[in-house]
This record gives sequence, structure tokens and C-alpha cells, in this order.
Amino acid sequence: MTRMISYEAKDTFIHRLSGFSKLVFFILWCTASAITYDTRILLAMVIAGGVIFALSKTRWNQVKTVFKAVMFFMILNLLCIYLFAPDQGTKIYGTRTLLTHTGNHYDLTAEQLFYEFNVCIKYFTVIPSIFIFLVTTNPSELAASMNGVGIPYTVAYSVSIALRYIPDVQGDYQRIKNAQQARGIEMSKKASLPDRIKRTASIIFPLLFSTMDRIDVVSNAMELRGFGKKKKRSWYMKRPLKAGDYIVIIISAALVLFTILMNIRNGGRFYNPFN
Amino acid sequence: MKKKFGIREVVAIGIGTALFVVLTQAQIPLVIVPNTYLAPRMAVLAFLSAVFGPIVGAVIGVLGHALGDALFYGSVWWSWVFPEAIVGIGIGLFAKKFAVREGGFDGKNVALFNLIQILANAIAWIVLAPVLDIVVYAEPATKVFGQGAFAFLGNIVIIGILGSILLAAYSKIAGKSSGLKKED
Amino acid sequence: MAEPIIEFKNFSFKYRAQEEPTVTDINLKIYPGEKILIAGPSGSGKSTLAHCINGLIPGSFTGDITGTLTVAGLNPAEAGVFGMAKKVGTVLQDTDGQFIGLTVAEDLAFALENEALPQKEIFEKVDRAAELVHVENLLKSSPMELSGGQKQRVSLGGVMVDNVDILLFDEPLANLDPATGKRTIELIDEILHQNNVTVVIIEHRLEDVLWRDVDRIVVVGDGKIVADEAPDQLLCSNVLEEQGIREPLYISAIRHAGCTISPEDRPQHIASMNIEPYKSAVQRWFSAVPPKQKKPRTDTVLTVNDLSFSYDGSRDVLTDVSFSIEKGEMVSIVGKNGAGKSTLASLICGFYTPTRGTILLNGKDISPFSVRERGESIGFVMQSPNQMISKPMLMEEVGLGLTVRGVPEEEVRTRVKKTLKICGLYPYRNWPVGALSFGQKKRVSIASILVMEPEILILDEPTAGQDFRHYTEIMEFLKELNRTLGLTILMITHDMHLMLEYTDRALVLCDGVLMADTAPAAVLTDENVAEKAFLKKTSLYDLAKKCDIDDTEEFTDRFIEYERTLRQKEKGIE
Ligand SMILES: Nc1ncnc2c1ncn2[C@@H]1O[C@H](COP(=O)(O)OP(=O)(O)OP(=O)(O)O)[C@@H](O)[C@H]1O
Ligand SMILES: Nc1ncnc2c1ncn2[C@@H]1O[C@H](COP(=O)(O)OP(=O)(O)OP(=O)(O)O)[C@@H](O)[C@H]1O
Ligand SMILES: [Mg+2]
Ligand SMILES: [Mg+2]
Repeated sequence: MTRMISYEAKDTFIHRLSGFSKLVFFILWCTASAITYDTRILLAMVIAGGVIFALSKTRWNQVKTVFKAVMFFMILNLLCIYLFAPDQGTKIYGTRTLLTHTGNHYDLTAEQLFYEFNVCIKYFTVIPSIFIFLVTTNPSELAASMNGVGIPYTVAYSVSIALRYIPDVQGDYQRIKNAQQARGIEMSKKASLPDRIKRTASIIFPLLFSTMDRIDVVSNAMELRGFGKKKKRSWYMKRPLKAGDYIVIIISAALVLFTILMNIRNGGRFYNPFN
Repeated sequence: MKKKFGIREVVAIGIGTALFVVLTQAQIPLVIVPNTYLAPRMAVLAFLSAVFGPIVGAVIGVLGHALGDALFYGSVWWSWVFPEAIVGIGIGLFAKKFAVREGGFDGKNVALFNLIQILANAIAWIVLAPVLDIVVYAEPATKVFGQGAFAFLGNIVIIGILGSILLAAYSKIAGKSSGLKKED
Repeated sequence: MAEPIIEFKNFSFKYRAQEEPTVTDINLKIYPGEKILIAGPSGSGKSTLAHCINGLIPGSFTGDITGTLTVAGLNPAEAGVFGMAKKVGTVLQDTDGQFIGLTVAEDLAFALENEALPQKEIFEKVDRAAELVHVENLLKSSPMELSGGQKQRVSLGGVMVDNVDILLFDEPLANLDPATGKRTIELIDEILHQNNVTVVIIEHRLEDVLWRDVDRIVVVGDGKIVADEAPDQLLCSNVLEEQGIREPLYISAIRHAGCTISPEDRPQHIASMNIEPYKSAVQRWFSAVPPKQKKPRTDTVLTVNDLSFSYDGSRDVLTDVSFSIEKGEMVSIVGKNGAGKSTLASLICGFYTPTRGTILLNGKDISPFSVRERGESIGFVMQSPNQMISKPMLMEEVGLGLTVRGVPEEEVRTRVKKTLKICGLYPYRNWPVGALSFGQKKRVSIASILVMEPEILILDEPTAGQDFRHYTEIMEFLKELNRTLGLTILMITHDMHLMLEYTDRALVLCDGVLMADTAPAAVLTDENVAEKAFLKKTSLYDLAKKCDIDDTEEFTDRFIEYERTLRQKEKGIE
């Protein structure tokens, strides 16, 4: 479990919110961030996200490694965009303000820089919302509240099972890897591509087959204890939606509405400082 | 005989997603471009879709991709999440025909399986993902189609090789288990 | 007498995949309020019978049924798994699969949630069940944070929240340390008396189950019922021995002394058994058996120095563990559930990196060696077979290690076949691993390591879920390797008699600290160590005491020696 984020019980108002309202917030927040390139809105979201993240009292240690991974991929992505399309900014904003003058295709423009800046802060709008969602949502309560708003309990429960079994499968992955190595299959970092595929296969085979067995055993165990017998199901972890939850849901919906309106008003998704 | 969507399917979605998420860490980078790996988890998705059908495949694809990326990479690239469902649905639609559990996955079915997976992957990664990237994220077309092409290639290779082998092997055991007898 | 609550009439079942029926001609009546123990060799069909009662057969495992079965007035084949779930609570053999909830509380609540009971009622019932199985301060723990014994308790609680008529336990004691096993049996007994249910227990550890009264013992041999008697009767017959099941040790000892046990002396518990008629014979036997030989010292192969380790970086699972193992030694590692035994073995094999300390193999520090390199000299059979089995077919699985090392195919085949014979798996050689019983799978994982003949062998609970015959065969083979090749063997076990019988030394772990490193018998006689490490004396001690033999250790030693010569004689005759 080297790099994964997981739920941690704490007592903040964010933790006390229902899992469902946090899910709604997360999805709507991401939607808002996806549909707009209005730098002002994005910046406001970055700041708001940062504040909420601070309020959730998440320890930096919990998310540090994953944060580094996002940074790595973000920088990679920004470089790629530049590599593939150094003129994307110009295409979007319609002007071309050169910052370097080599006469080359790869000359840096202010528009490109601004566009990539927007892509970059988009990452920073999404990151806190993901961290908050994963770190403050109790998985079982999430399943309960999803069912509470009309999602069939079988579907809600499969989400719960997924979260329940990630650590188990992760552990199996490690143990199988070890057992294979101990029996003489080399797994060290340096190897050619075909070799890497081959040895990955040597883990996936047992892992997948034991997963198939496990699906049988677990569904038998669940059936033995009456899962799926009735149309309805009650939940140990269920909490009714409270005023705070409704407020969060309303605010998130308002945010999406607002970005859509702004897009219409701006006559497009981009905020253009160049004209 | 059994209900179409029963407990086994619920569990398959749950544990299958867990497996998909865990295998996120077993990706073999092809070139240093985001979203282009040889992803063994795709072989597993193809496998589970072929065994359990389109709904299970679609949900594992979407849920697994979103969760895996969120847990390991801290960001969810939605335009690449939904195409995953196409692969699951495409392969899953033919689950009955493959008859993996009944030992029917061989010869002709291997060919059919690969035809479908190539088709589904083409729709998903060459068409849908880049288009979503452009529409949703306003990314440059050259870049996303480049990424899409790489992802397509990586996925058809890993599903074609690893997926086919996994299915054939599983089908052989599942189908063979009849007429077992103790021998001296 | 009342109507039977479970009744098999001329019942047979054949799995779809099998050519022959797995259970045949079953005629069995179980009455309300009875407590029944089902015993029998591994693979004889015990779990299969349990699945017939709870409806998984034919609901989930398809096949052909002949004859009739009635459970609480229902026919499981018609009522289905759901229908039976109201009447029968099952604790499955595979506890990993049984734990469904994300936390202990949710797992206890699972059945109630499915009944759509109001939340308030669920809270109350969960609290009550948690109290009953003593997990009330673990309600928020996830399954990852529980030791094997704690998981087992939760499973018990999970089936008890529902008001069922029948409780079915499939090997509830496998993997439990002796003290916890004893308490689990007490717990089951309490539940029986409080809720007035019918209890069926499947278990290899006969003596441990008999810690509390059972009404009848049903012995299953190769799919048939070979005995169905009260314990006092059964223990006086030869059925257990014939079926290769370990009878209680004190019973064996009295028999070795040449006595015929009679049911009137109530042999079910050593504590309450009337020992008078046998006393003098046992004393005579004791003085006649030759004492055990001591082994000479040799070179050290494995040294562990001040080893410490933590999974999460904060809580130490092992603290400053130091010991050394000599070449050709057989050493057991014992201690309560969660003490860190499996972790220690994993560290030696290089699965994890210790926080402090070193491990030396033949005097060389092995910290730079990879798992694979260590695997060349150290073979490790893990606790759960599911973690090791990687090939679908039996022969491929057992041969994998050899094939990878480039051993010629012909040699692989002969070596694999030889090992399969030792492990009692030869008849199944062309089967997929999935069609084997749980105990058989464990043997597959042992075979796959044995076949490689490593220099040091570490076995994590090799005998859990095994019957006496198979375990004796495996252990004798290990002993043979130990003698002829000088193989060094480390064994993690909860079986106190196994420790006494096959190992020369015991390492006792308690909460990550090495508490003792002495002769096995000394471990058990040191009250302080035994209690802290959740160990338990075997019934041979009680027998010796009751027969006024003071040197209880010597008594056990001679018992073991006697059985060994007996086995050698048998082999000689064959
Ligand atoms: N799913 C299955 N498909 C086909 N055959 C099976 C299946 N499960 C069990 N069997 C057969 O039934 C036999 C008995 O299995 P069962 O699990 O009942 O044994 P058991 O007495 O519980 O053994 P153990 O003590 O090792 O758990 C096995 O040896 C195997 O031949
Ligand atoms: N992968 C893991 N991550 C975190 N903690 C673990 C892990 N594996 C084991 N532990 C913890 O380490 C401790 C020692 O576990 P270990 O498996 O070594 O015990 P054991 O002595 O083998 O017990 P048992 O007799 O029940 O098998 C336990 O408290 C357990 O909860
Ligand atoms: Mg069994
Ligand atoms: Mg252990």
C-alpha cells in the first residue's frame, strides 16, 4: 500500500457530511472545472478548494506521494501539449504574442503560456476535491447514502465491495509476487519488454484465477446470509441527509449553473485577456 | 437458469473493480507520454467482460478507471474514463457466444474476440477519447489523437496477447472439469 | 423423541464435474438441540455435506442428488439458499470469504441489513452479538487489522445475530492458537445453551472439540458414514484409527499401554475420565519404553540478529528478535494469533525489509539478496494455499519451481510424481486445482515447495486442516529428508503435539518478542510462558498426572518415541 490514499476517521464538519453529498459535490465540482476555461472561475475554485482542503484537516503525509505523482504527470502533459501543439494558444485566443524570436515553429507565445497555465490550474481545482472525497468519505456510509437517494442497493453495494476488497487484492498481489519470486521467477526492475510482460503475466494469472474463486466464495457467503433476498435493505451506517448536506448540494449545483451562464455570457469557454 | 443480474454479478463488479484498481500499479510505460501504457489491467477488464457480460464490463471499466486514477495518480481524466465502458460493453455483448465457463473459448472464438476487441478499442481510443478530450478539455487535436493511437495500439496488443491467453486458459480448466476421476 | 431437525435418507450427491458421487448412501438423523461433531479424512466429503444442509448444494454447486434431505421441515433443493438462510447459519471453512463488511460492526450487521430491519434494532442486536463473542472493542476495525482468531470470532457473531435453528461450523479451529481454540469451543457451547440451537461442527482437531461435551460423533470416510456414535462409545472403537484421524492423545497412550478402553469410564474428557482401571498398565508401559535420544550439535545455518519490523512505521510487529538455527535442526515457532510468526518467516524470505537487524545464512549477511536468490536455499510454504497456487493444473503447479530453474522435463515429471505420492495427491494428478478440497489445496502448496528440496524449509501451519494420516506422511517425509539430506526445518504451528513430536527446539513469540527459545516440552511446563503465549499442555500431561507419574515431560517423550518405533515397524512390514 505504498501510494494509495485511504479514508481516515476524523471529526470535522466535512467528515460529518453524508457521503452522498460529498459525491455530488465531487462530480459537480469536476464538471464545473471541466466545462470552463475561464481563468477567473478556475482561480476562485483553486482558492476555495485549498480552503476546504485545509478545513478537512487532512495530513499532508496522507496525500504527499500521490500529490507528487500528479505533479509528475501534469508536467509531462504540459510538455506534451507544447511538443505536439505549440500554437494551441494562438488557435484559441486568436492572437500571437511572441516571447522568443528564433523564427522557429517552437517559439514560445504568451497565448500558449496562458493556455497551458489554464490547463495547469485545472489540475489544481480537481486535486483537492479528489483528496477530500477520498480521505473524508467513509466507504460504507457512501454505499448507504447512495442507496438512500434511489440508487439500487445492489449497485451501491458493489461499490462498497470494491472498496472493501482493494486492500485485500493489493495484499494478494504482493504475496503472489513474493511467492513467485521465491520459486525462482525473476522480478527485478531491469528486464526487456517481453520479459516484463511475461513476468507480469505470471502474477496476473494466479491473481485473476484466485479472484474468480473469491467471487464464488464471497457470493456464496453473501447469499448464505440473505443478501438480495428482499427488495429493500437497511444499513448499519446510514445517516439521514441533514441541512448541511442540502446546502452543499445546492451550492455545487449553483456552481455548475454559474459556469454555464458565464460560458454563455463570455461567448465561449475561454476567458481572453489578449483583446 | 439463474437470474441475469444476480449476487454473483454484484460481487464480480466489486471484486473485479478492486482487481482493476490494484493492477493500475502494474502498468508498463511504452513511451513517456501520459495515458500510454501497456496496461495489464485492460486484459483483466476484457477477461471479466467476456465472462460476466456487458453490464459488469462497463461498470468495472468506468468505476475501476476513475478509482484507480484517483487513488494512484490523484486526478481523474474523465474523457478517458468513459471510453473504458465501450471496451467492456463491446466485449461483454458477446459473452454468451464465447461461453468461457463452458469451455467454448477456442479457435473461432479467439478470432471473434480479437476482432471485437480491436473494434471496440478503435471506437474507444481513436474516436471517443480524443474527441472527448477536445470537447471537454480543449486539448490540442494532434496531441490527443497521438495519445489515442498509442493507447489503442497498447491495448489491442495487451488484450490480444494476455487477454486471449487468460481466457483460453480459464476456459480450458472450467470446461475440463467434467468426468473427473481418481486415478491410481 | 422429537422429530429430527436434519434428516438424510439414502442421500447421494455427485458434483457436475465429477464422474463418481462424492457422498453416497448417507443416512443421518440429527435432533433439535443436539451437538454433533463430523470428523473424517481430508477430502472425504465433510464440507460437501455441510453445503447440502445450507442449500449451497445444489443452489451454487450444481450436480445430481438422489435420495432425500429434510432440514427444519424444508427441502434445501427447493427452499434454495435464501430459504435455508432463515434456518441455518453457516461459518464457512474459508474465513477470508466469510468476512463481507468493511468493519466488524457492519459484518455483524450484514444479515440484519438484508432483512431490512430498522436501524435501531440492528444497533441493539449487533451490540449484543459483539458482547457474546467478545469483540465489543473492535467494532470499528477493518478485517485487515484483525488476527486470524479475531476474524473467526466475528464470523461466529455474524451468524448468531439471526435467530437460526441450526449452526454449522466448517473447521472453526483451523489457524487458531490453542488457547483461543479452547475458548471458541466454550463460546459455541455457551451459545448452544443460551439459544437452544442445534450445532454441527466439522473439525480435524477432535480432542479440542471434545473440550466440551458433544452428543455424537459422525465419522465420514470416503463419502460414506462409517460411524455415528456417542463419543464415549466411539473413542473405544478402532474407527478413528482406521480412518486415519488422530484420536485424543491420552486415548492413544492408554491403548499403547495395552488396555482396552470401556465406555463406562467416560473417556470423552481426560479430566472426568475414570483412570483407575488403566493406571497401573500405563505406569508399567512408561517404565518399559526406552527414553528419547538426544541429537549431536552441528554448524549454524541461519542466524537472526536483533530483528525488528513494523508494517506501518509506528507499531513494531517484531522487536529485537535474535536466535540461530543449526544445520539439520527441526525447530518450531509457536505463539498466539497475531504474535508475528508469519511476519518473521516473510522477513527471512526477503518479502519485507526489516527496520533493524540482520539475517545471516551460512554466516553471510543476506540483506543484499533478492527474494529469488534467497528462494534458492530457503523454501517457504505460506499459511494460505490461495497465495501460492498459480497454475490451473495440479502437475504444472507442483512442477513450476523446477521448470523455471531449467530442470529437464523428464526429471520434473518424475520428481513431481514422487512428491505427489508423498502428499497423497497422486490420484488427483490430472485435476484442476480448483476441484480439490481446502486441505488438499494446502498439500498442493506443500508439495510445490518440497519438490524443490531446498536447504532450509519454512512451513507456515503445515498441518492446519489436515487429517492425521496425511500429516504423518508429510512429516515423516520431512524427517526423512532431514535425516538423509540434512535439511533444516522451521515450522510455524499451533499444534502442541506436532511441536513436541517433530521438533527439537521451540521459539516462542509473544507480541513480537522472542519469549523463549528452549526444548518444546520446557515451553509447555513453564506456566508463565505458556500462559502469555496462549499455549496449552497436551492431554498426555493430564494423563501422566492422573497416573501419578511425576515426570510428565519424560512421559510425553516416551510416548512419541513409542509411536515412532510403531510406525517404523509398520513400514517394515509393508
Ligand atoms: N467444486 C467442486 N467441484 C468438483 N468436485 C469437488 C468440488 N468441491 C469438492 N469436490 C470433490 O469433493 C471431494 C470432497 O471435498 P470436501 O470439500 O467435501 O472435503 P472435506 O472432507 O471437507 O475435506 P477437507 O478436510 O480437506 O476440507 C473433493 O476431494 C473433490 O473430489
Ligand atoms: N500486511 C499487513 N499489514 C499490516 N499489518 C499486518 C499485515 N500482516 C500482518 N499484520 C499485523 O501484524 C501482526 C502479526 O501478524 P502475523 O501474520 O505475523 O501473525 P501470526 O503470528 O502469523 O498469527 P497467526 O497465528 O494468526 O497466523 C498482526 O497484529 C497483524 O495484524
Ligand atoms: Mg472441508
Ligand atoms: Mg500466521
